[in-house]
Amino acid sequence: MLKNEHVTKVYKMGEVDLTVIKDLSLSIDDGEFVAIVGPSGSGKSTVLNILGCLDKPTEGKVTVEDVDVTQLNRTELAHFRGEHIGFIFQSFNLIPVLSVYENIEYPLIMIQNLPEAERHERIMQLLEDVDMLDQKDKFPDQLSGGQRQRVAIARALVTKPKIVFADEPTANLDTKTSQQIIELMRSIQQEFNTTFIFATHDEKIVTAVDRIITLVDGVITDDKRVAS
Amino acid sequence: MKNIVKISFRNLMRSGRRTILTASLITIGVMFVLIYSALAGSFKAYMVGQVTDSMLGHIQIHRKGYIASVDNLPLDKNLNQKQIAKVTELLDKNPYIESYTFRLKLGAMFSNYVASTSLRLNGIDPEKEAMTLPLFASRVQGSDAGMLQEGHILVPELVAKGMKVAKGDTIVLVATNLKGSVNGLNFKVAGTVEPISGPGGRDGYIHIKDVQKLLRLKQAEVSEIAIRLKNVDDLEKAMKSLKPLQMMKNQKDKPVFEIHTWKKLSPFYNIVKMLDLMDISIKIILISIVLISVLNVMVMSVYERIKEIGTIAAMGTSPATITKLFLTEGLMLGIFGTLLGSLLSYLIVIVINSVGIAFSFGRQDDLVLNPVLHLNEMLIVSAIVILISLIASISPAIKAANLDPVDALRQN
Repeated sequence: MLKNEHVTKVYKMGEVDLTVIKDLSLSIDDGEFVAIVGPSGSGKSTVLNILGCLDKPTEGKVTVEDVDVTQLNRTELAHFRGEHIGFIFQSFNLIPVLSVYENIEYPLIMIQNLPEAERHERIMQLLEDVDMLDQKDKFPDQLSGGQRQRVAIARALVTKPKIVFADEPTANLDTKTSQQIIELMRSIQQEFNTTFIFATHDEKIVTAVDRIITLVDGVITDDKRVAS
Repeated sequence: MKNIVKISFRNLMRSGRRTILTASLITIGVMFVLIYSALAGSFKAYMVGQVTDSMLGHIQIHRKGYIASVDNLPLDKNLNQKQIAKVTELLDKNPYIESYTFRLKLGAMFSNYVASTSLRLNGIDPEKEAMTLPLFASRVQGSDAGMLQEGHILVPELVAKGMKVAKGDTIVLVATNLKGSVNGLNFKVAGTVEPISGPGGRDGYIHIKDVQKLLRLKQAEVSEIAIRLKNVDDLEKAMKSLKPLQMMKNQKDKPVFEIHTWKKLSPFYNIVKMLDLMDISIKIILISIVLISVLNVMVMSVYERIKEIGTIAAMGTSPATITKLFLTEGLMLGIFGTLLGSLLSYLIVIVINSVGIAFSFGRQDDLVLNPVLHLNEMLIVSAIVILISLIASISPAIKAANLDPVDALRQN
């Protein structure tokens, strides 16, 4: 369960205050497949960052998994993200010096500190789920865009997060690969009841989600559930 | 920790050429310091050995005020029989002392019947002198220093050349005693003695009993007592053990004796201090090299990887772990450089020792250096370099840890 209550975000640009989100309230249930859409500069990424505990609102309250995350400090927020949240980025953001296997392993070692046997089992399962088992020893620069995003998805899911945030996850992929990636995320959402929240312009994602939240100038102008 | 080391190592190898260049700089710096230290240490040990073992001894005892007017070789500042007895009693019991020798010094005129010149005469007990100054014999040519007989003289090499006297010649020594009485005695040249360093040595040697005759002394007198220690490293302890002599007061409540180490007596100690100062200067240069190069690499490393830092921070990596990742990178650079530098220094010192580097100092030629790389010096230099590498990485590491994930992820 994820809840935004009267959230406002103001950025200081020199002498000028720029309000990116205005008094935004929003609630997303477990297992939802949600897209936040809107024109560039509408505040999509800011909402995603605030919900994803990467950024703090200037005003308002954000509750994730019944925790008021606005009260947490940097270290507590990092720990909270490591335990509950996964991220998928537009340009994949894999660690170039680590292999596919090690990239997926990274959060389990550096953040969750899981024993090796459990790590191995989880990683192998995920590699199979994202169809990257035969590529596990390759490094990111040896993979195609679609393959990298599959690895990024596996990395986001390996900690078994309740919520995954994906900022334009298909923007750097071709149509066919985008479709495959969306289907992959959908299947994971259905299998594990993971909440997926996208910030996107991509029609393919918009047509695949259960709920579309439209933002214009930092305000929700439309919030509709669609039959998938 | 194993994983932090693994990731840090791979990050270093990501810019392999830059890493190798920086580590090489550290390696060269470490080599420079260690090899200089080994060579300077060898030079110091050699020269200190020369100074203490062929002229000064490790410690000298004089009557209070003698050293202040040592250039005049004053006869009124000699130790009398009673004072000699007190010193002897204490020295014989002292556990740090290997041997000691008495000297009676005076200024005298040296004449070859044609011309005359002034001389600093040292009256010595040849056997004790040879025991206390094991290298003294190496300075003497034409005679066995330990066998210097009464009626014989060892003439300073330069005076012998200038006055054209050789072994077997007879010369006259003329001296004035405290009462103003002038006396002259014939001596046979037993050999020559070369100065310890540089020209201008005018120290001649005769038997101490001959000095007593020359000065018509009724009782034994001594101007200087030179002491050899069993172990030169015990210099401070030995000085402490001689404290009772220093505390001894005369009837006027003034100190009777003055005691000095070779450091105070030899101008060479200033060269030793200069070498030590150069050693410190080179270490400071090394510290600067390490500090600047590691800092430079780490700052570049952070700026190149801002987005990556944002990614791992977003995934939940704590600021402390991010700090550790960058500190480990800096630390590894320092450790690589130090290990390689120490290893190469060790090999180079072996090569120097097998080839043998000869040098000249003053009038002494073909002195061969035997540099030794001391383990404690290697450990100190390694510790300094590794510590400085760590310090240089602190600021970039903190900067990385404090990056805002949102801002960092926006970077391209």
